[in-house]
Amino acid sequence: MSILVDSDSRVVCQGLTGRQGSFHTKQCLDYGTQIVAGVTPGRGGESHLGIPVYDTVLEAVKETQANVSMSYVPARFAAAAILEAAEAGVELIVCITEGIPVLDMVRVKAELANYPCRLIGPNCPGVITPGEAKLGIMPGSIHQPGSVGIISRSGTLTYEAVFQTTSEGLGQTTCIGIGGDPIRGMSFIDALELFMADPETRGIILVGEIGGADEEAAAEYIASHVKKPVVAYVAGVTAPPGKRMGHAGAIISGGKGTAEHKYLAFERAGVITVRSPAELGVTMARALE
Amino acid sequence: MPHNTELSYVRRAMNLHEYQSKALFSEYGIPVPRGFVAYSEQDARSAAARLEGGVWVVKAQVHAGGRGKAGGVRVARTIDEVGDYAKAMLGTFLVTHQSAGNGLPVDCVYVEQGLAIDQEFYLGVLVDRFRERVMVMASAAGGVDIEEVAETSPEKIIYGEVSSAGGLKEKEAFSLAEGLGLRGSQRSEFIDILTKLVKLFYECDASVVEINPLILTSSGHVLALDAKVNVEDSALFRQTKLEALRDPNQEDEKERVAREHQLNYVSLEGNIACMVNGAGLAMATMDLIKLHGGEPANFLDVGGDATASRVTEALKIILANKNVEAILVNIFGGIVRCDLIAEGIIDAVREVKMRIPVIVRLEGTNVEKGRMLLASSGLDIIAADNLTDAACKAITSVDRANP
Repeated sequence: MSILVDSDSRVVCQGLTGRQGSFHTKQCLDYGTQIVAGVTPGRGGESHLGIPVYDTVLEAVKETQANVSMSYVPARFAAAAILEAAEAGVELIVCITEGIPVLDMVRVKAELANYPCRLIGPNCPGVITPGEAKLGIMPGSIHQPGSVGIISRSGTLTYEAVFQTTSEGLGQTTCIGIGGDPIRGMSFIDALELFMADPETRGIILVGEIGGADEEAAAEYIASHVKKPVVAYVAGVTAPPGKRMGHAGAIISGGKGTAEHKYLAFERAGVITVRSPAELGVTMARALE
Repeated sequence: MPHNTELSYVRRAMNLHEYQSKALFSEYGIPVPRGFVAYSEQDARSAAARLEGGVWVVKAQVHAGGRGKAGGVRVARTIDEVGDYAKAMLGTFLVTHQSAGNGLPVDCVYVEQGLAIDQEFYLGVLVDRFRERVMVMASAAGGVDIEEVAETSPEKIIYGEVSSAGGLKEKEAFSLAEGLGLRGSQRSEFIDILTKLVKLFYECDASVVEINPLILTSSGHVLALDAKVNVEDSALFRQTKLEALRDPNQEDEKERVAREHQLNYVSLEGNIACMVNGAGLAMATMDLIKLHGGEPANFLDVGGDATASRVTEALKIILANKNVEAILVNIFGGIVRCDLIAEGIIDAVREVKMRIPVIVRLEGTNVEKGRMLLASSGLDIIAADNLTDAACKAITSVDRANP
């Protein structure tokens, strides 16, 4: 078992013919992901990397029964691309694109409430179920099918957690990079809920960062809903205090957002915390003994 | 470091000067006092002569709040005083509680007509990441640091929601005016300003706009005495008119060069420099150095593809900081192969003629080949086996240099 994606996922790649889209889709194909269609407006009817290209997501979905979108569409068009995929009826949109203007995402989030679909990202490495499907830019080779669910706001820190759980022989059920943008799709809580319902996920690694209050919210949720061991690390303890939250943003967050505040919230919730990112794997191994 | 740095995000904002923000306000019909920007004492004197009334305010134009307390805002009662204040400010560095260590250069001042003030308010528009929408913040406790108000008397701040589809609702604007105690024509003036401010916020892709203080004059009118507009970096592609207002003199030199090379760099106080791929891993590397008793000299994210040219640029920026005594390179080669990264590091270390220890931790695809290349390069590169080993070796090498 796994969450969100597996070998049955039928993927349409938005922005397939671009430099990023081509490069990473090739890696995803090599990993074994079922990529059934690509979308680039104006290039419908072509074939790229052996994948049929359509002008719109709607056509791609009609012709190929794609149910998941993976998007590499450039930032200035990315918000529209997310909404197009939602409108076309895919169940999950994985948006890798970095640098989407915040106000575009505010609008996207408000509109997505009208569709029965999930969004991962933007500005994220994507999602992978080892041995089954890789949707994103993560290196497939460090993963191994197994029993740990991984959720992270940061790309390369996700790889650390993956690498360490693989080294420990634990492997992963599914790994989700939820992205580093202030306004994003899935939250830690959404992912925790899915991992709780997945019988093969025995433990969960959560990698947070300074800023926002997603970690605090996750801690509260874990305390009341999560019965599996959770190991958490929060990056940014050394980020200089007081100067990073940019003024009014810090006020509206009500003082939340520092790494210490997040650690405290996790510790109160009974989460196993590690102060060194090098200890995620061994700590999880000990928790699962 | 500059006050607007938000380490956890690659995304940042571009600041406008007060005089630029006020020009923008005027375009949107938001009332501001009359004023002119001045680059010399003479400029300042003639600006004052063109403004009626017998009181002027001379304001240093720097990208930091807290100018008043720092002596960057002076009230003048004669044209001579205007000239004197301008002369005293221009060419100096203003240090406020929000500016970086040595302060920010005062290249120009804004000379404004002085107004008699009855009351001061705070008004701001920003993206609230928790509610995932645009919010208005207002307070009758204006003219002081709003963060202080939030801390000491949060009940004095009132909020209004802006919907993505419909903008600011009339009812919402009305109740904000009520909350500030504004009635009659003053309420209408406030609502008009607020509506225009929200419009400006959206159309300029602002990350924050603030008026502190928004004032009620003795003659009973509402207007913006100060103006702050920050534009989101990610949206500058469609804000070319605003991008042209960027003032590089107000930005940290190293951070500016880094941005031009698409590197994300922030100076810190320590002596162990870091070069890492990914913002999260970069912060984690700093944390690890500190955890093992060292002090990080910077945050530096070289991004996903650590090519030779980017690594070289990154090393140059790092070495421009004279406090640096060792460099820790921590790269998790995902899609980019470790052997290519190793080649990049070797080329870069050769090019910059490195004189301090470089500790490298590589992990990921083709890691053995990458490590071999580093070991056989003949360069003084210390290989680390893992994260912890890397941090400890960096700290040891610095300790050895300072016994």
